[in-house]
Amino acid sequence: MTEKTMRKSRWQTTIFLAIIIILTYLSSAITEFNIIEGIATLPKAFSWIFANLMITPETFDRLPMILETLTETILMSIAATTTAAVISLFLGLFGSNTTKVNGVLSAFARFIASVSRNIPVVAWALVLLISFGQNSVTGFLALFVGTVGFLTRAFIESIDEASKSSVEALTATGATYFQIVYKAVIPQCLPQIISWILFMIETNIRNATLIGILTGTGIGYTFDLYYKTLNYNAVALVTLCIVITVIMIELFSNYIRRVIL
Amino acid sequence: MSLLRAEGLGKSYNSETKVLKDINFEIGTGEFVSIIGPSGAGKSTLLRCINRMVEFNEGKVIFNDLDVGNLNKKGLRKLRTNIGMIFQHYNLVPRLTVIENVLHGRFGYKTTLQGVLGRYTEEEKERAFFLLEKLGIEEHAYKRCDQLSGGQQQRVGICRALIQEPALVLCDEPIASLDPNSSKIIMDHLKSITSEMGITCLVNLHQVEVAQNYSDRIIGLKKGEIVFNGSSNLLSQEHIQNIYGSEAKDLIMV
Repeated sequence: MTEKTMRKSRWQTTIFLAIIIILTYLSSAITEFNIIEGIATLPKAFSWIFANLMITPETFDRLPMILETLTETILMSIAATTTAAVISLFLGLFGSNTTKVNGVLSAFARFIASVSRNIPVVAWALVLLISFGQNSVTGFLALFVGTVGFLTRAFIESIDEASKSSVEALTATGATYFQIVYKAVIPQCLPQIISWILFMIETNIRNATLIGILTGTGIGYTFDLYYKTLNYNAVALVTLCIVITVIMIELFSNYIRRVIL
Repeated sequence: MSLLRAEGLGKSYNSETKVLKDINFEIGTGEFVSIIGPSGAGKSTLLRCINRMVEFNEGKVIFNDLDVGNLNKKGLRKLRTNIGMIFQHYNLVPRLTVIENVLHGRFGYKTTLQGVLGRYTEEEKERAFFLLEKLGIEEHAYKRCDQLSGGQQQRVGICRALIQEPALVLCDEPIASLDPNSSKIIMDHLKSITSEMGITCLVNLHQVEVAQNYSDRIIGLKKGEIVFNGSSNLLSQEHIQNIYGSEAKDLIMV
């Protein structure tokens, strides 16, 4: 790099920084958001949280009901993820360059993956709400569609990365497509596939809470109910339960990952 | 007695550059033939045209009186069953055991269902252990392949090719990723495949001296064309210089 280009690149950094500062100022001016005022209200917000979101002994009476809806949510997330994983495995095989059957199916699989992934899960929930109404099927389908998109994408990458060479070798021995898939691709990709499924179960339990608020099911609905009846002590207990569950699931899946990888 | 014949073979991946141009050669049963040439000369492509892992555009490949270019899907599968292949990076399934990887070589003879369920006959299993013993790795039979050294993995690759009971074995730079010691073991095994089992070997090599020591015949490839085809003791310094485009003494000869 010559001295001239170095000086130029230093100027570029300065200009870039200036643009960011101007953009920040403009956007806060337009939205009438004052960052100093925002920070100033933080202590007040925290004191409100500590005053209202305290778990009192009486709220523990509601624990069985909370745990019941929480279980419903967890099971729904797991069911949505595992059924989506089965579909995604096929789409992943069709979409991967190493194992694709033909170009049309490959494009189809990638299209499905991209459509279902690029529309947010919340949008799916609201769209499905119109056709299926407020029940757990809607929540299940919303999670299912989003998961298919993400897992297909992840599986395509795992398959491409892990099995190119052994697929070539088995093709050269005269093996058929399904022999190659069952005996080379799946054994080689299984740890990654399981790892992605576990990741998606974690993500879906978090998403399910939000979707529950929209579809009126599971722990999300319980949260919404207490929130709207101003029962903040119960809201705090629900939140605590969700946090503990998510952490436990994460620890558990990390353990599984360590064992299989 | 010709086992394999190429007539006017040509291949191009795009319209501008031709990887292979008018390749003609003939290989007899039981021959050990090496293909040498600089990187990018088309050695790997040439090898893969023979079992149509790469589709060629022009000319003909005749294997055992079969026109390889005209085979349908079933015929192609049968052809591949009859041709073993060994790779530079071994191309095993690393998470499976050695014995499973060897038995993969039998898929060509099985129905899809038999292969998927992993049904192997007693003879096939005995044959697999016989080959592992012959290549000196029977004590690793139940180990996962990713626990083996490169040389050991390549021997598993050879077993997988041999259990196909092939008439021809194609080796794509079998020793390019190995140390000199393992390289010698692998080359000795390949040589014995030809001398003891009568299986024809076609080997891509980077090392000119290895090619001279082991082969009956050498084919020199340069920019997609055959520039030398003859008995390995006829390969002179001028030929080597022609193939690699530089003085032979400037090359690292291992």
